[in-house]
Order: sequence, then C-alpha cells, then structure tokens
Amino acid sequence: MTSSVTAPRETDRGLHRRVLDNGLRVLLVPDPAAPVVGVAVHVDVGFRSEPEGRTGFAHLFEHLMFQGSESLEKLAHFRHVQASGGMFNGSTHQDYTNYFEVLPSAALERALFLEADRLRAPKLTTENLRNQVDVVKEEIRLNVLNRPYGGFPWILLPPVLYDTYPNAHNGYGDFTDLEQADLDDAAAFFDAYYAPGNAVLTVVGDLDPDEAAALVEKHFGDIPARPVPQRPSFAEPEPAGERRDTVTDAHAPLPALALGHRLPDPDADLPGYLAHAVLASLLTDGEAARLTQRLVYGDELVTDVSASCGLMGAPLDARDPDTFTITAIHPGDVAPDRIVAAVDDELARLAADGPDPEELRRVTARWASSLHREHDRLMSRMLALGAAELVQGRAELADELPGLLAAVEPAAVAAAAGRLRPDARAVLTITPGGAA
Amino acid sequence: MSGTRSAAEPDLRQGAPTRRRAEEIGSTPTGPRPLPPLGPQRTVPAPDEVDTVLDTGLRVVAVRRAEVPMVEVRLRVPFADTSGREDSTHAAVAEVLSTTILSGTGTRTRVAVDDELAGVGGELGFSVDPERLTASGHALAEGTDTLLDVLADVLVNATHPDDELARERARLVERIELASAQPSVIARRALQERRYGSHPVTREMPRPEEVTGVTADAVRALQASALRPGGAVLVLVGDLDPSDAVSRVERALSGWAAGEAAELPALPALTARDLLLVDRPGAVQSQLRLSAPAVGRTDPRYAALQLANLSLGGYFSSRLVENLREDKGYTYHASSSLELDPHGAVLVVETDVASEVTAPALLETRYEIGRLAVVPPSAEEVESARRYLVGSLLISMSTQAGYASTVAALAAHGLSSAWVREHPARIEAVTVDEVAAAAAEFFAPTAFTGVVVADAARAGEGLRALGGVEIP
Repeated sequence: MTSSVTAPRETDRGLHRRVLDNGLRVLLVPDPAAPVVGVAVHVDVGFRSEPEGRTGFAHLFEHLMFQGSESLEKLAHFRHVQASGGMFNGSTHQDYTNYFEVLPSAALERALFLEADRLRAPKLTTENLRNQVDVVKEEIRLNVLNRPYGGFPWILLPPVLYDTYPNAHNGYGDFTDLEQADLDDAAAFFDAYYAPGNAVLTVVGDLDPDEAAALVEKHFGDIPARPVPQRPSFAEPEPAGERRDTVTDAHAPLPALALGHRLPDPDADLPGYLAHAVLASLLTDGEAARLTQRLVYGDELVTDVSASCGLMGAPLDARDPDTFTITAIHPGDVAPDRIVAAVDDELARLAADGPDPEELRRVTARWASSLHREHDRLMSRMLALGAAELVQGRAELADELPGLLAAVEPAAVAAAAGRLRPDARAVLTITPGGAA
Repeated sequence: MSGTRSAAEPDLRQGAPTRRRAEEIGSTPTGPRPLPPLGPQRTVPAPDEVDTVLDTGLRVVAVRRAEVPMVEVRLRVPFADTSGREDSTHAAVAEVLSTTILSGTGTRTRVAVDDELAGVGGELGFSVDPERLTASGHALAEGTDTLLDVLADVLVNATHPDDELARERARLVERIELASAQPSVIARRALQERRYGSHPVTREMPRPEEVTGVTADAVRALQASALRPGGAVLVLVGDLDPSDAVSRVERALSGWAAGEAAELPALPALTARDLLLVDRPGAVQSQLRLSAPAVGRTDPRYAALQLANLSLGGYFSSRLVENLREDKGYTYHASSSLELDPHGAVLVVETDVASEVTAPALLETRYEIGRLAVVPPSAEEVESARRYLVGSLLISMSTQAGYASTVAALAAHGLSSAWVREHPARIEAVTVDEVAAAAAEFFAPTAFTGVVVADAARAGEGLRALGGVEIP
C-alpha cells in the first residue's frame, strides 16, 4: 500500500513540500531550536461553507473530530496527546478548520498516527453529537451570551455589512440549528469536505525531513482519495451605501460601535491588502497611533479603540471577501456619530497626506518584532505556515510577512485610508441593556 | 491506492462527493491500528545564564536564547500593602501608578516613550496585583539599550503628569466597571473575600469609587517610597550575551536608589466552610469556585501534589473534564489548579456551567474531589499526568517569552532556573503511593471553601436541597 511521492522541492526557507497520491499536501519544516514537534491539519472548509439551517455546524463538526476514530475510543485522542507530554487544539475560521498538537519530539510518529486516524475514519455517533452540542452551547454561553460584548464584532457586524448567507451568518451557530443537527449531516459534511485532497498537513520542529516524509507516507498514504469539492465563490458586491444597525447587549456597561469596511481581495491585490494591515496599526497600535491619540487622548470620546485587518483579528486569515473593522467602547453621553465623524476625519487626513515615513517605520518595526515573537513559538509558526499554504497557496508568505509589511509605502497606506469610504460600510452600535 | 496516479483514476478536483453513512465512515477494511510507541527524546543543554544581585539589591538573571533576534524583559518588584489598615488606599493608588507610569518622565512625554519603544520594535507594559508590580517588555535585540533606558527612566523619573493622570484615572474607572460585569471577575472577587476576608490579597481590583479618590501626589509618593530594587528581580532572555547584558542593566539602572521593596505578608490559613451563593440575577451560566490549602514548590510533596491535581482537573484528560464536559455536557471547561504565592499555595477547582445544572454540576464536582481522595489516581493516570507535566514544562520553556516568564516567576519566589531544570527528575521520581498520599491529604472534601455565582431564582432550590451551600 505504498505510493510514490513527488520529488521534494527544498526552498531557501527550509520548507519541504510533498503531495501524496491521495492529494494530501504536506509541508515539512525542520526547526531544531527545541526538542519539540508540531503537527497540524488544515482542512479547506470553514463556517462560510456550512449549509443554511445548519449555522455553527463547521465548528460543531470540529468538536466531533476529537470524539474518537477507528483506532481511538472517545477520549483516547486527548489522553494519547497529553500522556505523550503534548497539547492539542482545533479552531474553526471563515475558510478553514485546523487541528493540531505540539509535543516533545519523541512523539512525532504518534501525533501523525492520531491525525491520520481521524482524517481516515472518524467515529461519528449520535451520543457524541448530542454531548458536543451541549458542550458547544456552553462554549457559546461562556464566550457570547453570558459576557459583555460577546461576539462583538465578529458575529454581530457581518450581517450588517454582508447580504449573502455565507458571509452574514453567525459562525458559532443558533441554538435551534445546533439542536437540529443530526448524524447524517455529519457524515455528509465529512464526505464533502474532509477528503485528503482538501487538506494541508504541516509538520514543524525537531525533525529530519526525509524521516518525517516516510512517517507521513506510512500513516496518511493509504487514506483513499476522494473527490475534492469545488470551492464556491463567496463574492458579493460592495455595499452601495452606509448600512446601520443597533444591537442591545444585556451585559454591556457602556455603549460600543463597530465600523466594517470591505478589504481588497488579497489574492488579486496583496500589496493593497497589506497596506490595510499597516493602516490598522497606524490607527490604533500604541500610544501615538492616530485614532488612539485623537479619540482617547485628544477628543476623549472613547475608552478604547481598536482597528483590525481581518474579521477574526489577524490579516490573511480568510479569502475574499474579508472585513476591516474599527471598534470602540465609549461613554453613554458621547453620541456614536461624533466618533464616526472623528474617525472619518482622521482617515481623510491620512488619505490626503499619507503617514510620516518615520511613523511608518515604527509601525513596521513593531510588526517585525511581533512576527519574530510569534515565530519563536512553534505552535504559532506552524499554524501560520499551514494557513498560508491553504488559504494563499504559499506557506512562504508567513515567513515573508515582516519584509512585505516593511516594504509598504506611505502612498499605499494613504490609498488604503482613502478606500475606507463612508458610503460603503457598515455601522453597528451596541446599546447597554441594563441587565449587567 | 496503487502507485502513481493514472488517467483511469478520478480527477480529484471534480465529481460528486462520496456519500456514506456515519458507520461506514468510521471503519476501514484494515480495522483499528496500534498506537506507535514514543521514540527517543533529545534533550538540550541549559542555556548560558548569569544570575546575580546588584549592589542595590536588584537580582538580575540574563539568559542567552538566540532563536529569534529579540530580547524579553520581566521585572517583578514586591509591592504589597503593609499598612495593616482595612481602609487602605494602597490597591487603588498602586493601580493608578501602574496605569500612568508610562505617561511621561522628566525628559520624555507619553508619546515619546511609546515612539522610542516602537522604533526598536519594542513594547513595555506594567501591571500590579496584591503581591507585586510587574513590567513585561520586549524589543528587537539591537534595541536592548533603548528598552532598558526607557524602563529605567520610568522607574526613576515617572512624573505622573496631572492631566494624564486625571484622564487615565477616568479610563481606569470605566475599565474596572467593564471588568466588574464579567462573571469571571465577579466570581474571583467573591472567592477572594470568602477565603481571605479583608486581607490585602483580596484587593486584586480596586472599586471605582476608590480609584476616583486617588490623587497625583499619592501616586508620586507611593512610587518614591515603594518602588525599590531591594528584593526585586529583573530577567532578560534573548539574543544577548549574559555578562554583557548584566553590565547594560547595571549601567541603565544606576540611578535607581537602593531600598527594600515590600513583600506580601503570609496569607491567613484557609478555613473550610460551606460555599457561599452569590446571586447574579439573569445569569445564563453559573460559576463554581472551590478552594483548599496546598503546599508550594519547595515542599517535598509538591511534585506528587501536582500529579494528583492534574489527575483531578489539571488538564483535559482528567476526571473532572471527562465527567463534567465529555460525559455530562455541563460545561465547556472545568479545571483544578495550584495558585502559588511567596509563602505557599492553595488549590482552586473551577467550572462554569449552564444555570439549570448548577446543583448537579456541584454534586459531580464534589464527587470527583472526594473520589480523588479515596480512590487515588491509578498507575496509568499517574503516568499520563507525569508525561504531560514533563512535556508541558519543556514546551512552555521553548520560547524566549515563556522562558523569561517562568524564570521571573521562580525568582520572585526565591528560586532559580536550576529549580525548573531539576524539576523533571523530581516528577519522574514520584511514586503512585506518594500521589495517593497527596490526593488524600489535599483533596479531602472537608478541607474546601468557596463560592457559587448564579441566578439564585433558578439555582437556589437545587443548591438548598444539595446542602453545604450558604444561601443568604
């Protein structure tokens, strides 16, 4: 049951690629800094792909993938990872779902075995499904329903900015949808999306690439190939005007607002997209940032303000369309429109004059430093490489990001600020509900 | 699957998906496969380190870890309230101090402080708790001197300008109001008061009205009297030469006048008693927090206690998680952990559960605590916890930031990096009987106190029926 592998193509970044005959893309990245390894599977399905009437299903299914597989009883996955000295997790994003573990390097083959077993034959049972619906509901109560600003803005803003179900719906899911999910849904979801050809396997750490490749082949090679789904386009037109909505938050002590703008398609215009990442930092990272200075210290309109390139908080985490957000929490006696006007004013100034080159240099130095720190952590670097390989088709992008951000010119940042137009955005206001 | 892909095989990019039933998906002709064994584990030598005490009494630990061109800095200054007064303003003044210490010095404005740090990819933050004032920062390694220079300047010359302070004080009040609405914060405050009454250790977050009353003069006076190097520790980890780094610290901090920082006094012993129900009307989830006395890192029973704690709820593969989450579906998380202070430690068992299962979840939590004491962890449970503890220590120390934080936490409690290097050997040496003894000694259900934060209208009746809960 062996299959040949394509010739390794070593890059100057030490990335080794293979594609197994069943279509599984494999990234092997030696990193001998510590005697630790990481294994991650990124599957090309996120909550934007879940069926209508089944909101939250991609995330629920992520939970089910931890509940046992052909060789592993319920709880065995957790026990084997942790009893090997490792940690594990999974997460569901707009366009992908990841599963991973980081362990002492002695456990490399065991980790590959665990990931392969559930990608080959997960044990999907009604009992586990019902149990995990309960667990997911508690997760949602913890992170959304029982806390101030839960789901703000990632759940609440998309339905204001977007029209189509994939982009607008709640990726955590409505309780009624979660409760209606059944075993047939799970089987259909697995067969549709969890084909080996629809996934990327990333192995990083204290490893020899040839030995690791042999182990990957041994454990993943005989997973049968299955058809890979046609990836749908989630494109929809930019909003034709300003869209507004208000949501009451029973736990929030102060009002809040979120502005949502469409980002450029990173696939078509990477420099334009990255200019927005730099812009977000210029606006709210650090004491000297434009909006922090203006809104917090200058006009004293808000308690906190934060800009983000990407709905989930990190750039390049999703394909087009994705969202640039500006969020603020503010005192009750400040009208939201005063904040919006001040934001527009600062954006207009940046669009007209561009950032000061030294201001820009400081922002990109901080980006470089934060990416160095992220890459010092094997788990973070592994997830960044795997996501870049899956979403952008180039893992190298994760390592090149500091350089690309440092190369963003003042004019590109000015252009990015100019794209955040008032007549093509969403404005969401949060009203305290008084039950806090 | 045969060898290379041929034209006869389906094009993987197209075609209708396979459509199987769940039972078909979960089995293959090969059947279940055996778990591969662990391979050999490579070890790494201890990194180069200098651990020394300067003339001012400041302990400096510098460690070379050059994986990325960064340097991490951690400063921990004992900063306890030693006034002995119940109406002490220390916590509020200290909170404002840590908020405004970066707001300007004799030579730098707030914006200049941040700009200078940003220029070297740097960040610096301060926080304070009842035990200590902490500074955490990092910068590109080439900017080490800038980072140290800014740190020294704010430690010695922070001016807490009146206008900056007034604004930061107002923002702080808003942030505290915000945090006070978080169920986790409500539960934490209630637990601290249940455990320690009015001891300074309960003042983790001042009340808004206490902060409003803080003056700039009080902040400046506290900085002048309490922010002292004697007994404090500064840790640098990164792309550096340890001896050279110590010299740079000595040079940069030469203006920090000697004096002793204030250590947290010993905490009152925990008294076992009923849990207190704290009413939070309208809550959709309840917080359960149970706590009992324990022992700290230097106690010979510590490693055995760690393994017993892991078996109960210190990691996912534990009795609490497997029962409350994976069997009952009551919760997203349940845990048991050790809280360490300079004098010892306590156990905290916690979970957040749906309101309607508050009493059943408390029943199961108590059951698992009691079961640990009388049906001790099996050899298999101990071995799993042991591998996890050794492995997670290795992983947490594999980053500059993780290494710096670990060494700083040890140093703040009078230990050195040798403790963490030697700890895996202590963990390996613990016997199953020693874990059983620790479980019986520290997880006796009668040793616990704690709180339940819940909507009393929904959870009160069940808790009353269950007993052991004080319902006001």
